[in-house]
Amino acid sequence: MKFYRMHVLVAEDTRSIMAGAKRVEEALVEEIRLAGLEDEIRVVPTGSLGFSDKDQVAIAIYPDNIIYCPVLVSTVPEIVEEHFLKGRIIKALAHPMEQKEVTMEERTSENQMNLDIQKRILLENVGKIDPENIQEYIAADGYVALEKALFSLTPEKVIDEVKKSELRGRGGAGFPTGLKWQFTRPNPGPVKYVICNADEGEPGTFKDREIMEGDPHKMIEGMILAAYAVGGTHGYIYIRGEYALSIQRLQKAIDACYEYGLLGKNILGTDFSFELCIHSGAGAYICGEETALINSIEGKRGEPRKKPPYPPSQGLWQKPTLVNNVETFANIPAIISNGGEWYQSIGVEGSRGTKLFSLMGDINWKGTIEIPFGTSVGDIIDNIGHGVRYDRKLKGVILGGSSGSLLVPEELNTPVDFHSLAHIEAGPGSGSIVVMDETRCIVDICLNIAEFFRHESCGKCTPCREGTAQICHLLEMIASGNGLPEDIDHLEKISQTMMDASFCPLGQTAPSVLRQALKKYRQEFLDHIHNSNCPAGVCNMNFTEEV
Amino acid sequence: MEEKKHLLEQLHDIQDADKEHHLSPKKVVELSEKHGYSPAKVYGVETFYTMYSTEPRGKHIIRICENQSCHMANAKNIIQHLEKKLETSVGGTTKDGLFTLELSSCLGMCSVSPAMMIDDVPYGNLTEDRINEIIDSYKEGK
Repeated sequence: MKFYRMHVLVAEDTRSIMAGAKRVEEALVEEIRLAGLEDEIRVVPTGSLGFSDKDQVAIAIYPDNIIYCPVLVSTVPEIVEEHFLKGRIIKALAHPMEQKEVTMEERTSENQMNLDIQKRILLENVGKIDPENIQEYIAADGYVALEKALFSLTPEKVIDEVKKSELRGRGGAGFPTGLKWQFTRPNPGPVKYVICNADEGEPGTFKDREIMEGDPHKMIEGMILAAYAVGGTHGYIYIRGEYALSIQRLQKAIDACYEYGLLGKNILGTDFSFELCIHSGAGAYICGEETALINSIEGKRGEPRKKPPYPPSQGLWQKPTLVNNVETFANIPAIISNGGEWYQSIGVEGSRGTKLFSLMGDINWKGTIEIPFGTSVGDIIDNIGHGVRYDRKLKGVILGGSSGSLLVPEELNTPVDFHSLAHIEAGPGSGSIVVMDETRCIVDICLNIAEFFRHESCGKCTPCREGTAQICHLLEMIASGNGLPEDIDHLEKISQTMMDASFCPLGQTAPSVLRQALKKYRQEFLDHIHNSNCPAGVCNMNFTEEV
Repeated sequence: MEEKKHLLEQLHDIQDADKEHHLSPKKVVELSEKHGYSPAKVYGVETFYTMYSTEPRGKHIIRICENQSCHMANAKNIIQHLEKKLETSVGGTTKDGLFTLELSSCLGMCSVSPAMMIDDVPYGNLTEDRINEIIDSYKEGK
């Protein structure tokens, strides 16, 4: 293998590519070639380096541990000449986080708080390796867990380790993963499916994307391990049609796995065989529900099925099927490598391991974070998000996406774990944290969420189909100053009916933010209705709806 | 059998190959005859999913997000500006047939909201100026 004295890593996630990362990479390669350094310096595309809220390209230089950001095509010649040829760090170009000599070590010490809170297991390779090169994943101890499982663990033992780890599903419901696997294993083959739910569509969620774009092999290794454990023969990655870069990187990763004998017949020379392919969705939020997803793969409308039978006994094409989320699968390799007990030592009682969150809204730093369970929401906002933007006051937080929950400032010291959050009728949900400052109007936010669910309700059951439409209509009236005092009652009744009687979780959770808003921010609704007044000045109260 | 299974992928292929990015009744009937589906079944599937269109569309499809984070980042004004710039409304196609403007559910680019995609290419942190720039670059035949 060739030895390079220096590696230049270019962040090439969706956002960075949008900002011109590919052109920067090309310019780097070209300038390095012109300088005659192509045998000494290697340019490597990698996942997000963490600067995901700016339209800027970031590059990391090893072994010097320097991050330059923003890098433009026009600044590349200077970097090559000054830094690569002459060995002088360009302070002015170093990331403005400190504007000084920004080395990794210094960032670590200056942001001790920030990095102390975060813990990277799932994202350990993101921003460090080339996601399109299987060798780099292998060099980072990739597929070691698979080797260990295939040659020294029985499938039952693999399930045992996952059970010991107390890993719970990361798709929203939090079902114990080991238990799900245990239910799937005894169901007779000969065909058994393992499906990865990569239909990340919850508004405000983009954490699975980070894994698929930055370290696709981790998730694939998790899937192969799952297949070995439950006796899976065929696998699908069901991914949204909109995630073009993720699809491309996953396909590349799958192709490489076939080439290396990690997928297909007789994996690593053993008796175990597993086929894997990608199935892309076509724009339907409901397909994140596992039985709707299964219908979609079967080429049907993505409507949910009646449960039971549950997918572990009768799923895709009526065969036993295991469905897990991207993040759940990505946890598996580390659990098998280090053992369930190791994983179980991270986090808190009932919620083990780390959790990815997408952090956004009115906050100073936005992006994907990884924290051990038990960190409080307030800690995340203050220490990782660097507080509310423009020094404004915090109004509330929407946790777990549009179908999640609404937290008021007094609830922010709640630790993020299944148990503590359940006490305040919340949950980690899809893993999104949307911060709202004092300038936001709660009626306007609820209306926007209602519009989303009206569009995404599949129409199969009446409570959800009619309920989402009625809620939307009532909120439109309130937001335009045409609300009636009894509308609040109506909203509460409709919400309750949807929760009780909807066929699937979409309808059951669609009104959850609204219900909490009606409780926690009731006065704001009353102001809109009784005084035709939007306290935040967001809603246009003179607007009368055309009929 | 395997081929028959993946109706969604086949619809994607037909639509991608179509010059007007849509599923024409003729193509749908052809597909259903080939596999022994009823045309109604295929129609039911294609109209369920947002990414398929039964109507002819422009050369480029603009998908703009209006969900939570984008909404909080003023997506409404951005959509209005796009409509003005393209001289068409949401769901419509420009006179020159270059663009069709569609709304989309969350594109997963919330940290750079407001965001949109033109075909497979994502654009974030949209402002009116940036929209003008982007649209003009396509018009100039990028």
